[in-house]
Amino acid sequence: VGQSDKSRAIDAQLFTWPDPNPALLGSRCKTCGFHAFPLVAHCTLCGAVDPEIVQLPRRGTLWAWTIQRFMPKEPYRSSETPETFRPYGVGYIELPGALRVESRLTEANPAKLHIGLEMELAVYVHRVEADGTEVMNYAFKPVGVESRK
Amino acid sequence: MRVAIVGVGMHPFGRSPERTGLQQGAYAARLALSNAGLQWMDMQFAYGGSYSSGNADSLGNELGLTGVPFTNILNACATGGSSLLAACKEIQSGAADIGLVVGFDKHDRGAFNAHPSEYGLGDWYGEAGFMLTTQFFAAKIQKYMHDYGVTSDTLARVAEKAYRNGGLNPNAWRRTPIGLEEIKNSLMVNDPLTKYMFCSPAEGGAALVVCREDIARRYTDKPVFVSAAAMRTRLAGAFEVYGTSVTLGNVPNASEQASRAAYEMAGLGPKDISIAALQDTEAGAEVMHMAENGFCEHGEQEAMLRNGDTEIGGRLPVNTDGGCLANGEPIGASGLRQIHEIVLQLRGEAGQRQVPGNPRTGYTHVYGAPGISAVTILQR
Repeated sequence: VGQSDKSRAIDAQLFTWPDPNPALLGSRCKTCGFHAFPLVAHCTLCGAVDPEIVQLPRRGTLWAWTIQRFMPKEPYRSSETPETFRPYGVGYIELPGALRVESRLTEANPAKLHIGLEMELAVYVHRVEADGTEVMNYAFKPVGVESRK
Repeated sequence: MRVAIVGVGMHPFGRSPERTGLQQGAYAARLALSNAGLQWMDMQFAYGGSYSSGNADSLGNELGLTGVPFTNILNACATGGSSLLAACKEIQSGAADIGLVVGFDKHDRGAFNAHPSEYGLGDWYGEAGFMLTTQFFAAKIQKYMHDYGVTSDTLARVAEKAYRNGGLNPNAWRRTPIGLEEIKNSLMVNDPLTKYMFCSPAEGGAALVVCREDIARRYTDKPVFVSAAAMRTRLAGAFEVYGTSVTLGNVPNASEQASRAAYEMAGLGPKDISIAALQDTEAGAEVMHMAENGFCEHGEQEAMLRNGDTEIGGRLPVNTDGGCLANGEPIGASGLRQIHEIVLQLRGEAGQRQVPGNPRTGYTHVYGAPGISAVTILQR
């Protein structure tokens, strides 16, 4: 995990940051138990107000996936150029007892991805701003694989 | 009381640099009016929509400023279906007897680049690289293939059929057949979907003249009746486009909800349908939508495509005009393009691509971001 003097989360409400052991933040309805990600002000299932904020499990399994092979147009914002763009994995991770969250995957080789694969949260540097601030985003990586900076 | 479709018209889909989107809408409207033997001044109301080509009621500048109550409808891929639904209610309420439904669009090349704020999502969603509908469809079919044993051969067969059917449709954009191997081996875009398994944003227009069932025969001897028109949005926790999360367990999606509502409204079931137009923004979508709309069990598509069941001469022809794959997707016009095709088929006017056996009942289905679906059931 890149953690320079200046870093911020891509969105302050998505995950705990700065944090040596970050976790995604979700909502859990106090009335019906329904989980949501990212945070919501009202339960999207039953409408109850003020769901509690919970740290979502850091580990789960790959539920669905694809590889994004072309560089998205705006509003995509990374430090990449069309020349340096590298395909990235995207999928849904099933977090036991909570929900399935959409996430980037650190792995973009389809031969190394399969449904049911054990995955864990890995916060990474998504882009570096002109003043050197690292903008951190969340991803999931196959368990047992070293995260690349 | 059912509503009757008594006139249909279309501007060819594809790229038409000589016409604006609005002009393509006007072209389609004029054809639909003349198809019903009517004029714009005869219309008591109009509903229409366009995503990228301005307000549909600007058509007054092209067709005439008659003071007609013209309501703009913008409902993503369900824009056409929602316009027809509104028109049906207008007529069924007794407020009007006859009116126009129209949709048109002209999109830039390349994938749509919607902004997250239009969908109630934070900027991070776009910045991080999730704001692409293609990703959803690819991840969904990837999972579907894993769960139900559907293979990439079946995806290629869907695309191959689309371009072949497009070749029989003078209004289609992509009219050159492409072989199975070429489709499978074309550039991988979002695994497992290759370039030729995707439709592209495009241009075009489509229009319908609709009226009260009991006056339909004044305008045509081949009226087609709207037995059901239903539209649904997503439920909490369902697996839908631009979904940041999905609940554990299995929540029916917008297509399944709209389909169920339409069958109930028409008092019909999937076995009563002789021809279907199903949203095929990519090859996997047609496969999954076959089951979600009740036409087969999950996984049966593999054998159905191999057996040619969804061909023009098969037991359930699907996307006889080439679908989105061969026509491209001008969002405002795309759902009405499906209805235009079903009307031609039920009238027996579909030319080289006419389904044999005098089909009686047709079905249309669209699905789009952020989990919205419209279904119609049409009968002659």
